[in-house]
Amino acid sequence: MYKLIRQILSSGIKSEAPPAPDPGMRVAPQRLQQDILKHFGRALAIRHVDAGSCNGCELEIHALSNPYYNLEGLGIHFVASPRHADLLLVTGPVARHMETALKRTYQATPDPKLVVALGDCGCDGGIFGESYACLGPVHHVIPVDVAVPGCPPSPTAIMQGILAALSAGPSSA
Amino acid sequence: MKIEDFQPEFAALPGAAPVWHGALDPGRLRPLCQDVRSAGGRLVALWGSQGGGPSFALHVAVAVQQGLAVASLPLEREAPAFPDISDIFPAAGRMQRAVADLLGFQAAHAADRRPWLRHGHWPADRFPLSKEFDGTRAFPPEGDTYPFVAVEGEGVHEIPVGPVHAGTIEPGHFRFSVVGEKVLRLEQRLGYTHKGIEKLFEAMTVEQGARLAGRISGDSTVAYAWAYAMAAEGVSGSTPPPRALWLRALFLERERIMNHLGDLGALGNDAGLAFALAQFSRLKEDVLRTNQALFGHRYLMDAIVPGGVAHDVDFRGFSRIIEEITELEREVPRLKRIFEDHAGLQDRFLTTGRVKPDLAARLGLAGLAGRASGQSWDLRAQFPCAPYDGLEVRMATHRGGDVAARVTVRFEELTESMRLCRILLRKMPEGETSTPLNPMQPAGLGIGWVEGWRGEVLLALHTGEDGALRRVHPHDPSWHNWPVLEHAVIGNIVPDFPLINKSFNLSYSGHDL
Repeated sequence: MYKLIRQILSSGIKSEAPPAPDPGMRVAPQRLQQDILKHFGRALAIRHVDAGSCNGCELEIHALSNPYYNLEGLGIHFVASPRHADLLLVTGPVARHMETALKRTYQATPDPKLVVALGDCGCDGGIFGESYACLGPVHHVIPVDVAVPGCPPSPTAIMQGILAALSAGPSSA
Repeated sequence: MKIEDFQPEFAALPGAAPVWHGALDPGRLRPLCQDVRSAGGRLVALWGSQGGGPSFALHVAVAVQQGLAVASLPLEREAPAFPDISDIFPAAGRMQRAVADLLGFQAAHAADRRPWLRHGHWPADRFPLSKEFDGTRAFPPEGDTYPFVAVEGEGVHEIPVGPVHAGTIEPGHFRFSVVGEKVLRLEQRLGYTHKGIEKLFEAMTVEQGARLAGRISGDSTVAYAWAYAMAAEGVSGSTPPPRALWLRALFLERERIMNHLGDLGALGNDAGLAFALAQFSRLKEDVLRTNQALFGHRYLMDAIVPGGVAHDVDFRGFSRIIEEITELEREVPRLKRIFEDHAGLQDRFLTTGRVKPDLAARLGLAGLAGRASGQSWDLRAQFPCAPYDGLEVRMATHRGGDVAARVTVRFEELTESMRLCRILLRKMPEGETSTPLNPMQPAGLGIGWVEGWRGEVLLALHTGEDGALRRVHPHDPSWHNWPVLEHAVIGNIVPDFPLINKSFNLSYSGHDL
């Protein structure tokens, strides 16, 4: 125990200040009422869905939980069931084999809900595009509020996207 | 088993990897596999291809004493079939089912002929990798029912898990048959992330293909990009400059360090020690940031290109990496001691998810997980190509076969990779970092064979008469290890599955293609 505590003390606090939301990533008009967003605000539950990703985006989602980005420090955490989630974080071009699972996950998420599509593949199909095996971008299958490009997007970009989905920025409608 | 024991027409393929290739009469496949097996060799990959003309062929790659032997079996155009080898090499079972889904070649008399990668999104009589199939065309989905094997008996019930999992991981379905908390049987169903990668390659230039190869499995982008480049360099008779090879090895070892750090943290966390995740993910993030600063990408995607590498490293980069290794050499042993002293952690790790060496040998457990179960195969040590031929890589092996052994092997490989990085930096030759690729040889075959962090990645590249990509087959070690995971969980309790699964950390995307 002594060694463990000594290690924690010698590591120090690594957490960095969170980035500002990036309203440029918003692709749909604000769908939620401002007062609901205020309540979501600092206690957001995220359900991640890999709809066909190469696993690169997942690595960066994992990185959000490391001490530098410390996403949980903002009150944002990942949950095991869509029924507990406020926001779906969807990666990958949607593989046709994942279409049903993605739609069911969306349906199982209680309203009001937000969807953030992650990565070049989630935004426009990326290198995989549309084919016999892929449906392309996430918005071909479920409505998307915010799209975060990148291959994979950096943890900072993912945080900006999540915060953009939550922020009460001007509606792009 | 030596290459000379094969048919005399097996010839060495040009390229960095020790590979021999030749045609084989289908009738000789089974005796050959039996000989390889009894001599201690193993199956590395199995894939099918359709030539530009009417030629259908099955390709089987086996590892023998001197390297890799690739046998190409010509098949009949009408009802193409080949001899089943899944009783000799159990890992072949799913590969054969994938060949049937993608090309329609049937393994004659195989016990399991259920679809594997096809989930009813293309018709059973249409084959995505046949030349007549238009890869851009979609079909209306058929009903998707998969006949799982049912376990019967008093008190037995099923727990279906996935494809969407509770954690932030890739999708796949696990069907547990349990009594109380104890797992009687696990059956996997994969293929959910099938993205038509192999079909996409066939419409790409060599350069475009390199980018796709780096996105087959995001956590192994370096291993795949190197394997692809090695294959393309083999077919075109190009030799990258020495400095490029040394930089590739530096990237590959950094990929190993990054993944092992991530896994050790996650394994501690899955056993209830959140401290481990915080500590190891901090160290991993440091490595990723160094990658971004020096090579322009946190995971080194597109850093390796056919003919060389896309980034050089200067004196300042050298010293930054050395500083980082010095820090890791101080921190990792401390964390290792904390792991070893932690009774609660060891209680979860020891004897959990055990694959004993004899079972591992029988089923063909590969890579890191194989080395933790006494299967001493590591390309960097056994078939080292430059620059590994001068590094004398020390292979980590363990005979425990449990989660604890897979943790130990990760710690030892981490230490070895840090040592290798130091040597690579100290002795790196000066000079160019890339060379233009020569024209691709028509109707050629190139093989890339690289020891990634998870295990050996193989990439086979066939060119057509025009020298363009005709068929590209990337092969992940996960093909071999997923079926063994089904055995590793037998008799364990359901709550230990996430820990066991993590200790293997297999790829879905690299397998589903």
